[in-house]
Amino acid sequence: MRLEYTERQNAFRAEIRDWLKAHVPRQPLESFDTEAGFAQHRAWEAKLFSGRWSAVTWPVEMGGRGCDLIEWLIFEEEYWAASAPLRVNQNGVFLLAPTLMEFGTAEQKARFLPRMAAGEDIWAQGWSEPGAGSDLAAIRCKAEVQGDHYVLTGQKTWSTRAVWADWVFGLFRSDPASQRHHGLSFLLLPLKTKGITIRPIRQLNGMTGFAEIFFDNVKVPVENRIGEEGAGWSIAMATAGFERGLMLRSPGRFQQTAKNLVELYQRHRDTADADPSLRDAVIKSWMDAEAYALATYATASRLARGGQIGAEASTNKIVWSELDLLMHETAMRILGARAELMPDAPDAGDIGHWLDGFLFAQAGPIYAGTNEIQRNIIAERMLGLPRA
Amino acid sequence: MDFTFDEQQIAFRDAIRKFLTVEAAPELLAEIWETPSGRSTELRAKAADQGLTALSVPEDYGGIGLGDLDWILIQQELGYYAIPDSLSDTAYLAVHLLKNLPPNGGFAGEWLRKIAAGKARVAVGHPVNPLVADAELADLLLLWHQDEIHAVKPADAKVSLNPSIDRSRRLYKVRWTPAPATRIAAAGAGRALWEGVLDRAALAAAAQLLGLAQRMLDLGIDYSAQRKQFGKPVGSFQAVKHHLADVAVKIEFARPVMFRAAYALSRNDARQAVAVSHAKLAAGEAATLAARRSLQVHGAMGYTWETDLQMFMKRA
Repeated sequence: MRLEYTERQNAFRAEIRDWLKAHVPRQPLESFDTEAGFAQHRAWEAKLFSGRWSAVTWPVEMGGRGCDLIEWLIFEEEYWAASAPLRVNQNGVFLLAPTLMEFGTAEQKARFLPRMAAGEDIWAQGWSEPGAGSDLAAIRCKAEVQGDHYVLTGQKTWSTRAVWADWVFGLFRSDPASQRHHGLSFLLLPLKTKGITIRPIRQLNGMTGFAEIFFDNVKVPVENRIGEEGAGWSIAMATAGFERGLMLRSPGRFQQTAKNLVELYQRHRDTADADPSLRDAVIKSWMDAEAYALATYATASRLARGGQIGAEASTNKIVWSELDLLMHETAMRILGARAELMPDAPDAGDIGHWLDGFLFAQAGPIYAGTNEIQRNIIAERMLGLPRA
Repeated sequence: MDFTFDEQQIAFRDAIRKFLTVEAAPELLAEIWETPSGRSTELRAKAADQGLTALSVPEDYGGIGLGDLDWILIQQELGYYAIPDSLSDTAYLAVHLLKNLPPNGGFAGEWLRKIAAGKARVAVGHPVNPLVADAELADLLLLWHQDEIHAVKPADAKVSLNPSIDRSRRLYKVRWTPAPATRIAAAGAGRALWEGVLDRAALAAAAQLLGLAQRMLDLGIDYSAQRKQFGKPVGSFQAVKHHLADVAVKIEFARPVMFRAAYALSRNDARQAVAVSHAKLAAGEAATLAARRSLQVHGAMGYTWETDLQMFMKRA
């Protein structure tokens, strides 16, 4: 056990910190769920790429820095501490890219990864369907084989970033006779393809962060398939636990929110201290964010020693989503009567982002696999309880 | 940043685990619980044979010379098997006091040798708890008085038992008179030593609590896989699964916090007290939830003296 950073890691931290200090926009960007904001965030991805910071864990030849998990955690800590913009290409860089690296052909990697790293292609994800949410294997969207093409018909929903993104990746049923997780193929296609209709969905916060995608005889070349035909499920799941479990929500993000919460509390002590339980909630927030970071470092160091990922993807999901709720609920309690003010309300001051965060935190226990599904996974795969 | 333990540390932990699986089965614990002293000299002697009393005694005094990080793994096992003994008070806390004492004319060396050889029980009394564990059986009492450290012989103290709901703990009120002859460290030196003892006691409690939490979770898993209702194991129902999954999450996220605290202590880190407090809170939360949920999963059986769960629950 050695819980200090190496000199190399400290130097890496200093390098990213300096770069961010010089390049993070002074004014926060508009929300990437607006057309203008999306363009601003795309430009930020290009800026990150120019400093080779857009995909640090990727191999150097793909535009990354070949960082290990510890360096990635350091990168994320600095990124969030610098209040840098949200990552509009998160679906691509953190969800699709690991799958492409493992299962893509050399041609596919060369075709998609550099453009993804540069922010030239922003990716949406297409997993859920109206009848396939937590029960993802119930996917019905068809991909009919016609010569060297698939023809897609059906509907995807809750497709994050789909309103303004360039490409979408997802699972489609390529074998019409198949059931459940058999007969699915992992396909990539441009959202501008003929036959695609996108209907934005207005979220709780009034923004259109996700959308429905309708496919009406949409042609997709066979070379846009990752892996074998019908092997889509295992491909989608293979990297699911490993990369997403650790990378979807890094501890740095929550440690920064916890730090902001402590500051918010300190600024409002004259009113907040009337309720001593608020102080406890602030301290608990800080401790839980710290625990999440320590646990992630513990997992990363275990993996560095050749260990296998266990149910961390599921335990992490529960912890960060509940922590995010706790922190934002606590902030709302501290803000009291002003908590409900919209960010642009004249008297909201600089507190409006807490309401945004509070609303977004409500989604945490739902997206990326509901927490109920995660608890089932923990109980069955980690604790060995019998399946229903 | 590396949270992994080395092969030797893991091997030692595994050996102790194997030893306790054989020598500290729940049936034996239940028997020891019912004895007047609540202690088994045989179990204690066997623990000494395994090196547990010598763990952090310096090699010069016949010990193994290991530290806080080695202890943390062992403490979890002592918790998991709910060892009815204040082994850690003697071998971890008293040893910390003794080996860091100001010059004392060979007093500390003599006791460190006895402890390493498994021939002495030393009780430690800190004002954080007005009662002293295992004071009646102790060969020596190390007691706080205005930050001073006093070494009191059993004959010079009057002890009276205060029964605890946890019968694996035997707590005593100790009546004694501080005197220059009993003082082995003045307040100046004593204060830092007592702080070190308090941090280590809190960390030991945290680690034992996490061991207990894991045991209660395991008992809940076993029971829910065997117990059938509506023609199925109750563990196949989501409501039961989620109860136990929550416990697993609490344990998983408390453990690295505890490791960090042990590391901080081993390095004499400036923020060690914060790290230890965090560990104690996180482990306590995990153990409390484990007790509550495991009891619920056990149903009415959990509310009886007959299930093993009650021993672990009360100790937690």
